[in-house]
Amino acid sequence: MSFRFVEEAIDSAAARAQLLDPGAGGFVTFEGWVRDFNEGREVTALEYEAFQDLAVKEGERIVAEAAARYPVKRALCIHRVGRLALTDMAVWVGVSATHRGEAFAACRFIIDEVKHRVPIWKKEHYRNGDSGWVNCEACAAAPSHDHSTAHAHGHEPNAA
Amino acid sequence: MTTRSGSAAAPASAANPAPAAVPPVFGLVLAGGLSSRMQRDKATLLYRGKSQLERAFELAAAYLPEVYVSVRASQAADPSRLGYPLIIDSVPGEGPIVGIRSALATRPDVAWLVLACDLPFLSEAALSQLLAERDPAASATAFRSTHDGLPEPLCAIWEPKSAAELTAYQAADGRCPRKFLMRHGAKIIDPRDRRALDNVNTPDEYRDALRSFDSEVSAPMQLKIQYYALMREQAGRSDETLETGASTPADLYAELKARYGFTLSREQLKVAVNSEFASWSRKLAAGDSVVFIPPVAGG
Repeated sequence: MSFRFVEEAIDSAAARAQLLDPGAGGFVTFEGWVRDFNEGREVTALEYEAFQDLAVKEGERIVAEAAARYPVKRALCIHRVGRLALTDMAVWVGVSATHRGEAFAACRFIIDEVKHRVPIWKKEHYRNGDSGWVNCEACAAAPSHDHSTAHAHGHEPNAA
Repeated sequence: MTTRSGSAAAPASAANPAPAAVPPVFGLVLAGGLSSRMQRDKATLLYRGKSQLERAFELAAAYLPEVYVSVRASQAADPSRLGYPLIIDSVPGEGPIVGIRSALATRPDVAWLVLACDLPFLSEAALSQLLAERDPAASATAFRSTHDGLPEPLCAIWEPKSAAELTAYQAADGRCPRKFLMRHGAKIIDPRDRRALDNVNTPDEYRDALRSFDSEVSAPMQLKIQYYALMREQAGRSDETLETGASTPADLYAELKARYGFTLSREQLKVAVNSEFASWSRKLAAGDSVVFIPPVAGG
């Protein structure tokens, strides 16, 4: 399983151990952390929610695509859901490969695609008590500002 | 002056009054009902991808210079009513008489062609017959029901003169517009389109109506819908099982957007059927599980 969700803190040491490979000369990770501001607003906590049935399929497709593009040994992505505090780790991506170049490239590819394609949503809680779903609420008033098609990556086999 | 001498001899205003101008007819779609037997808002039921309210409004607008939607005050901000010219109930009481009286009070100089929001078979033929056989001297012009022979008050033209009579009727505890028409000199006509007034009040009747609509319309079916994130909050639930006539995700989203007032347009969403991305025009099948996917924000 190359993509999975957890509800507790991500165990990055255990995740790293899964990617050990005698043929790997390099290992690259990316960690996404909860930070205290976004688009000029002070953030105090984040809430992640996922449509897990589809998200796991789409996440595994992304890792498989990374492996097809770059000669990686092993790759894994773990995403946390639920309410997270500042500095908590929301996502972990790890790639082991023969050389560092493809490990960096594959890791970057996976996190970029996950952010754009996997049905995960993030609600920001702000210092002033407000909250909002990222990418959903600011743009609801201006439907022409369309995130979903701006980031289309051709994953809708049935779409016209 | 010779050319005017004939009329000068007898002032028209006194001895021989000109007939009063016939008041124009405006449309009033009644969308203030409680839909208690249907257990969901009849105005938003979908037929061929269009809500009953849209269908009734467009049909009336094809014949009448102005059309309004009658709502209760509590519905004025309802997303399915927004965008229509509204007449909000302005007289106390309950039931369709309140909507009709409110329209007559808003424009005492016009007659109102009143349409209930549960007549999916209402046809152009029926409306043009009603307008052609209208009697402005009667309180109202109404069809005779093909089911029980009684007048049908909610597909009828209510003349300005009925306003005072309705006020008195309601003051005497009258609530039934049908009884009112039977007592107050309405003109009753037999509909040539005998199916036009078949109304839809219950889930069973809705199912039958969709079935008989025509072969293009798929029979209603049960779908499972799951809601996430912003849409879960706006729908006020995380899932539901729904009987619907929508045959594609696009139709289904139109129906649910009208019901829940989702702020996201369809263009901002993707859709998944049975946990896989799908096209908006995919044909849905009974038992399918549908998820609308708002803009994502992982990482």
